[in-house]
Amino acid sequence: MPGVEDLYREIILDHYRTPRNRGELPPPAVCTEGNNPLCGDDIRIFLDIADGVVRDVKFSGQGCSISQSSTSMMTVAIKGRPVDEVRALVRRFKHMMTLSDDDGAVDESIKLGDIEALGGVVKFPVRIKCATLGWNTLLEGLNSTQG
Amino acid sequence: MAGANTNLDAEKIRRDFPVVTSSINGKPVVYLDSANTSQKPEVVIDAMTAFMREGYAPINRSAYSLAAEATERYEAARTKVAKFINAKSSREIVFTKNATEALNLIAYSWGRTNLKRGDVVVLTHMEHHANIVPWQMLQQEIGIELRWVPLTADFQLDLSSLASLLAGAKVFSFTSMSNVLGTINPVEKLCAAAHAVGALAIVDACQSVPHTPTNVQAWGADFTMFSSHKMCGPSGVGVLWGREELLEAIPPFLGGGNMISEVRLDGFKCAELPAKFEAGTPPITEVVGLGAAVDYLSGIGMANVRRHEVEMSSYVLENLTSRFGDEITIHGPRNPELRGATFSFAFRGIHPHDLSQILDQTNVCVRAGHHCAKPLMKIIGANATTRASFYLYNTKADADALANALDSASDIF
Repeated sequence: MPGVEDLYREIILDHYRTPRNRGELPPPAVCTEGNNPLCGDDIRIFLDIADGVVRDVKFSGQGCSISQSSTSMMTVAIKGRPVDEVRALVRRFKHMMTLSDDDGAVDESIKLGDIEALGGVVKFPVRIKCATLGWNTLLEGLNSTQG
Repeated sequence: MAGANTNLDAEKIRRDFPVVTSSINGKPVVYLDSANTSQKPEVVIDAMTAFMREGYAPINRSAYSLAAEATERYEAARTKVAKFINAKSSREIVFTKNATEALNLIAYSWGRTNLKRGDVVVLTHMEHHANIVPWQMLQQEIGIELRWVPLTADFQLDLSSLASLLAGAKVFSFTSMSNVLGTINPVEKLCAAAHAVGALAIVDACQSVPHTPTNVQAWGADFTMFSSHKMCGPSGVGVLWGREELLEAIPPFLGGGNMISEVRLDGFKCAELPAKFEAGTPPITEVVGLGAAVDYLSGIGMANVRRHEVEMSSYVLENLTSRFGDEITIHGPRNPELRGATFSFAFRGIHPHDLSQILDQTNVCVRAGHHCAKPLMKIIGANATTRASFYLYNTKADADALANALDSASDIF
């Protein structure tokens, strides 16, 4: 059995205790809600996208340390980035969580930075859904703003 | 020491359960998730294995002696279950896939026959999704009205407005014991209240049948249901009990083999009870296993099981509150006589998912989440809780292991 120290890395606990970009954005920012029916966690992602760039992002809701810190780190990583880069990052992250269904499209050169700390989650399969909750919700938000 | 006034020796009983006495990575398993599903004693495992090795055959449809004996074993289990809950006759016992299927059967077969737009079905705020969603499906389909019995501050059903909620109702369907709060409801009183207005009384007895003596006739209920897997039996089989005249009066649920007495190109005729509600090949081995589980529990005595769990409740409540004070919030009654040994709680602000993960480091098995009772979770103001549930094989050492594991959890956060 892997130890919880593989799961609760310091950077993860830091983002859990002090989440970044927590809050909400007023319309016309896009709000997307995601939830994990197994544990009852819910998350809302607010996206302000203009000219193909994520100009601002915030999140609200409640959940465990893994879902909250993963979402917090995600917001830091995507703020100010072009949407196509954000999509590539999401693919890269989901690949790390071994949930990517299109392995061919993953650009291994993309740096995950602090987010690498979540790599230990794959040793705890039931927690993968916690780590990916914010990312899947983000993806839904990105998809809903297209076209 | 199991205590002086109980005839149940939990130390001895736990040796009957392989998983309960097992270890993972050299550390003993502390199984506290029996409200979810119980562990299985050797006698159940052996009965099922022996049946599959030596006695397995189809039931109800072949003349050879192997098949006749299999049928006998299957029907013997039905008789045991009938006696276990004091049903009038084994014709009133229907084997389903689980209790959820039994509730769906009633909502479908009784509900679609007897309910029309605007009819009232009364439920409570402490129901499991299995006693909510089938009625909501009927609400969507035929436009029935759902009313809800609320809770008091001490996690009992608030019966002060029961009469007005029940006024004009056709059904009152409620749990005998909450799977989240542990609250034991006054089943006889609630059945009487339903009948006073001419409503049907349906008792979801999943959480009480495994833990306390059951007497459906004394309850005065119309239908009840429970699961094999929560009462030391295998998963894959549940029980529906209904008063014979009610089961006779409603149409079948699933159609197919076994549930017919005649099929022609222009129609079919139903089989007699209980085959009428057992379409297709049933879980034969599992029913045999359930029969062995009923024998096992009957041998110990359900009154003894209940007494042990009242003792466990006293100990757990005392232990957790004296040790953690305000750091723990237990969502449920404080009086051990009014509750089962199922404890949902919040602890030091640690999310239940994180908490259960940390408890798992010492093999303390608890459930984290909404326990399939999302409306109740919203009412008690929690997104999720951690739940520890005790059974006949749990001892005070298990309660201590839980408390010790909780204490070490906050080292991380």
